[in-house]
Amino acid sequence: MSKVLQHGDRSWQALLITVSILVLVLMLAIGWMLWRGSSGAHQTFGWGFLAPTSLVSWDPVNDHFQAWPFIYGTLLTSLIAILIALPISLGIAIFLVELCPAWLRTPLTWMVELLAAIPSVVYGLWGIFIFLPVVVTPLGNFLAETLAHLPWIGILFSGPMSASGSSRLAACLILAIMIIPTISAVSRDVFMAIPNAQHEASLALGSTLWETIWQVLIPYGLSGILGAVMLGLGRALGETMAVTMVIGNSIEGSASLLRPGYTMASVIANEFAEAVSKLHTEVLVEVGLVLFFMTMLLNILARFLVWRVARRTPLEVRT
Amino acid sequence: MTHQGELLGQRRLARERTRRVSNMVMLIMTGLLTLIALIPLAWIIAYVILRGGRSLNLAFFTQLPRPLGMAGGGVLHAIEGTIIVSLLAAVFAIPPGVLAAFYAARNPNTTLGIALRFGTDVLSGVPSIVVGLFAYAVLVKPMGHYSALAGGAALAVLMLPTIIRTTEEMLKLVPHTLREGSLALGASEWKTSLSVLFPAALNGIFTGFLLALSRAAGETAPLLFTTLGNERYDIKFIVTSGIKSHQGIFQVLERILDQPVDSLPLTLWKYAQQPYPERIEQAWGVALVLMLVVLSINIASRLWIQVRARRLKGS
Repeated sequence: MSKVLQHGDRSWQALLITVSILVLVLMLAIGWMLWRGSSGAHQTFGWGFLAPTSLVSWDPVNDHFQAWPFIYGTLLTSLIAILIALPISLGIAIFLVELCPAWLRTPLTWMVELLAAIPSVVYGLWGIFIFLPVVVTPLGNFLAETLAHLPWIGILFSGPMSASGSSRLAACLILAIMIIPTISAVSRDVFMAIPNAQHEASLALGSTLWETIWQVLIPYGLSGILGAVMLGLGRALGETMAVTMVIGNSIEGSASLLRPGYTMASVIANEFAEAVSKLHTEVLVEVGLVLFFMTMLLNILARFLVWRVARRTPLEVRT
Repeated sequence: MTHQGELLGQRRLARERTRRVSNMVMLIMTGLLTLIALIPLAWIIAYVILRGGRSLNLAFFTQLPRPLGMAGGGVLHAIEGTIIVSLLAAVFAIPPGVLAAFYAARNPNTTLGIALRFGTDVLSGVPSIVVGLFAYAVLVKPMGHYSALAGGAALAVLMLPTIIRTTEEMLKLVPHTLREGSLALGASEWKTSLSVLFPAALNGIFTGFLLALSRAAGETAPLLFTTLGNERYDIKFIVTSGIKSHQGIFQVLERILDQPVDSLPLTLWKYAQQPYPERIEQAWGVALVLMLVVLSINIASRLWIQVRARRLKGS
């Protein structure tokens, strides 16, 4: 298509390109501003700031900070939320793609996605007054009685369950509910992208529908499902308000799920506006910087994996 | 021999039965898991409606908060703040979002086009609290104070990916014939874009904006240290006092936009942590209003996008 440029076209094109580049620059700008905003913290604490430690030292008054309790809280709650949400989300995706009658598909899809539309403060409010007393506290007491004595994982369930119910466990469960829409929507797309031939070939060989799903579809879409998990993980890492409202916001030595904790996002939400010293502010910005990098890496990796399933050529399927 | 054969046959039958049973069990399981996921949805919506409905009345929408510990009063300040901050976010996010979408829709395979799509995907994954920190560093700190402007900018960053993506999809749905017709008549590229493509896709673009807004309006984290909160915010008072003291329109606008404001989610968060039962009850009311606004915008815009997409595809 040969183009005849008319007056104004060149400046229109230049405008579009400038704006597009600006949108891209925005991402770099976020990273850059956070890096600059936390320069004092890098200089004071170096990499040791992020290192795992058993000592709890977060002391705004004496300007001594280490980020490990928050990193631990964020990673633990997000990973356990994924463990809970993944089977449920896969179940939803399989049900929607393989079993659901056509008239029910759209309403069900929308209802699951509405879970993502409810504002996270509303989750938090419901969490504090309903979910904690009705579900989390009884569940926590039960877990403390049954699992606390197991080797290895027992440490995660050592009691006593916190009295109000505010605990890492509560954060895990709320996060799981909040990331189900993400994981199920992406894995549904992944299942839909799998060529029908795979499906039909397996059924023609005499497999039951479940065997087809388990032995053919899931392995075929595995990297896409992994991508879905990473997108969900990214959401869980950055989720702030609901977690802040139910996790208890306390720094204590215990590693247990049944005790109150803190996450990276929630410490920023709680302390930033009232930071005591310049260093305190900078340290919180550095926590934000780490969070930014973690979610950005996860997102890039996840998009790449999902994109690979969608792009897998028909040629590859034939051979 | 025959005995062994029978035994084999029986084993095979048994295996067949296990396969069939496990098939049924697992398939039923997927249905059950779907139901389980919907329990919290129903529970939250039903409970918020029941509990929040009790604290809604006229004063709730028309009055400022009473002093702590006193019953009555409303959340007018937060409603006004939410509207102001959302409008600002729209003003900041729509123009660049639509222009970038024009580029992405026209040049999907150039390096910049691919980078743009990838970039918006990644941008949509940046945690909202991090965007809040960014807006604080870029706007609040240099300006020296918290303001509605900074909050609007933070929300705009969050809305940008959704606006770019839906606008791009809608522009792609506009039939080629329209574009080519316009170009064939001698219109220039930019004129075609603005006076043919844009109006044809306008409905879709607007709904994309609403969808983005429904997400941004429920956000709290980016407002915590950009708009901060302001229980005395009252637009009516600002305007009337401005008129009385003969302030110009820009001075009044400045007083509306350039000071800390509250928003519904921010108010909800603060009220939920206070030990006063009246405030907790009001928090449920705020939750109800917020949820209804966000969910109805969300559902309506999705419905509308579907209808539009079908109509554009059909023509």
